[in-house]
Amino acid sequence: MKRVKTLTWLAAAMLMPAAGFAQEAPAAVPTDMVWIMNTLLFLIGGFLVFFMASGFAMLEAGLVRSKNVTMQLTKNMGLFSLACLAYYVVGYNLMYPLGTWGVDKVLSGVWGVAVMEGVGVAADGVDDYSYASTASDYFFQLMFCAATASIVSGALAERIKLWPFLIFTVVLTGLIYPIQASWKWGGGFLDEAGFLDFAGSTVVHSVGGWAALTGAIILGPRIGKYSKDGKVNPIQGSNLALATLGTFILWLGWFGFNGGSQLAMGSIGDIADVSRIFVNTNMAAAAGAIVAMILTQVSYGKVDLTMVLNGALAGLVSITAEPLTPTLGWSLIIGGIGGAIVVYGVPLLDKLKIDDVVGAIPVHLFAGIWGTLAVVLTNSDASLGTQIYSILVVGVFVVVTSAVVWLVLKAITGIRVSEEDEINGLDMSELGMDAYPDFSKST
Amino acid sequence: MKLIIATIKPFKLEEVREALTQIGVRGMMVTEIKGFGAQSGHTEIYRGAEYSVNFVPKAKIEVVADDDLADQIVDTITKTARSGKIGDGKVFVLNVEQTIRVRTGETGPDAV
Repeated sequence: MKRVKTLTWLAAAMLMPAAGFAQEAPAAVPTDMVWIMNTLLFLIGGFLVFFMASGFAMLEAGLVRSKNVTMQLTKNMGLFSLACLAYYVVGYNLMYPLGTWGVDKVLSGVWGVAVMEGVGVAADGVDDYSYASTASDYFFQLMFCAATASIVSGALAERIKLWPFLIFTVVLTGLIYPIQASWKWGGGFLDEAGFLDFAGSTVVHSVGGWAALTGAIILGPRIGKYSKDGKVNPIQGSNLALATLGTFILWLGWFGFNGGSQLAMGSIGDIADVSRIFVNTNMAAAAGAIVAMILTQVSYGKVDLTMVLNGALAGLVSITAEPLTPTLGWSLIIGGIGGAIVVYGVPLLDKLKIDDVVGAIPVHLFAGIWGTLAVVLTNSDASLGTQIYSILVVGVFVVVTSAVVWLVLKAITGIRVSEEDEINGLDMSELGMDAYPDFSKST
Repeated sequence: MKLIIATIKPFKLEEVREALTQIGVRGMMVTEIKGFGAQSGHTEIYRGAEYSVNFVPKAKIEVVADDDLADQIVDTITKTARSGKIGDGKVFVLNVEQTIRVRTGETGPDAV
């Protein structure tokens, strides 16, 4: 069975060179060393992306009020772990049917748990000799799935119930994310159409963003965020040091996120590409931060640290769709525009009375869309029409499925805590555990 | 016996404490507070939305002393805590009915 799968995969890979792969570089001649290097890339890239989970946790913990910190941290621990479970149980095979479609190029026909190669497997026994170990591929891709779920938790902070949120996470990571990802990275119809998304500005970031947007609208804003007269009331984060730490950790993890998405490291060309990706990724982050710094200084008379943090992340999201082909100059521009998107996106959401606690929607959705479109600027294989088409297809799919899940949860259990609980803080009402029990609180 | 309550700028606290111990004060209570007086607040912007900062952090000092030392204490605090700028604070003097030392049970001026 394994051998048939391998041959089918090889045949498919030869017929459609772009299927399942994110990059255009010609694959190296398969050898043991190439396989080993590819696997190593996935393992290293994978644990770097894993570390982004702590980045999200710290960023979110720092941007919510003290009375909600324990809840935010619990959500992050929970969503990550549940993503690991859901992806194992059903997600991985939904995302990578390896040619076995239930509905051709739309829905995987493989419904089952992920399975690794055997212990001490030999070269002639591996699943795909031209690629990498299945476990490393699974590990790497799992982290992307979990990252998508993290995006949602920030936007919906400070008023959502714990378990309904976690149930949503299970559906997102087990079904919604893998199914749309199969359309591109699993060799589905978007990939066939020529859609390009190197590391997931659409597949990961916009998906998290759409789910967050849908949730934020259905959930409603925090008490006191928007006054009846239309005034927007700031609700300051409790710990900007944590928020900054989280941002730098995310920046670090992104080298694995984008670099690992080269999916190959066994040739000079491939590892040179990985180097380009690291550099471009970094430049885009820096540009996003600088633009946010300048724009907040000019617009508000003072630099806003939280916007600078968002700006760096938006720069990273913007370059994620194509971190390989740009020159440093282009990365600067692409990332910089991401930073600008955030500075204007945050107040825009407030104008629409959509309460996004950490700016996840401007960072991941708006910048994700920009990053996806920006591919055409530096990669001649991309077509603007196809990029737009793919953005819309994924957008509609995620919005509709997310809305269904949120509304069902809202009807069955309710997704929002009571007014009294929200005012007292979720740490005490949902968890009975203060994050900072030694410090007296003002609110 | 008098209770002297003073609200001062937080950065003046150390200086005031030093000056008071020099004139014989052997105990005080300090609280971090926020408040406003003639010194009004200002507006700030967080993520594009304006908010008013109505309260300013201050330090509150409470000292209980014998009547004869009270005037000196008020004088010392006023001189030391003054910066000349808005927000220097206020000093209030109240009468104290009774004072008890918990360890020994002493009462009255001996317990101060």
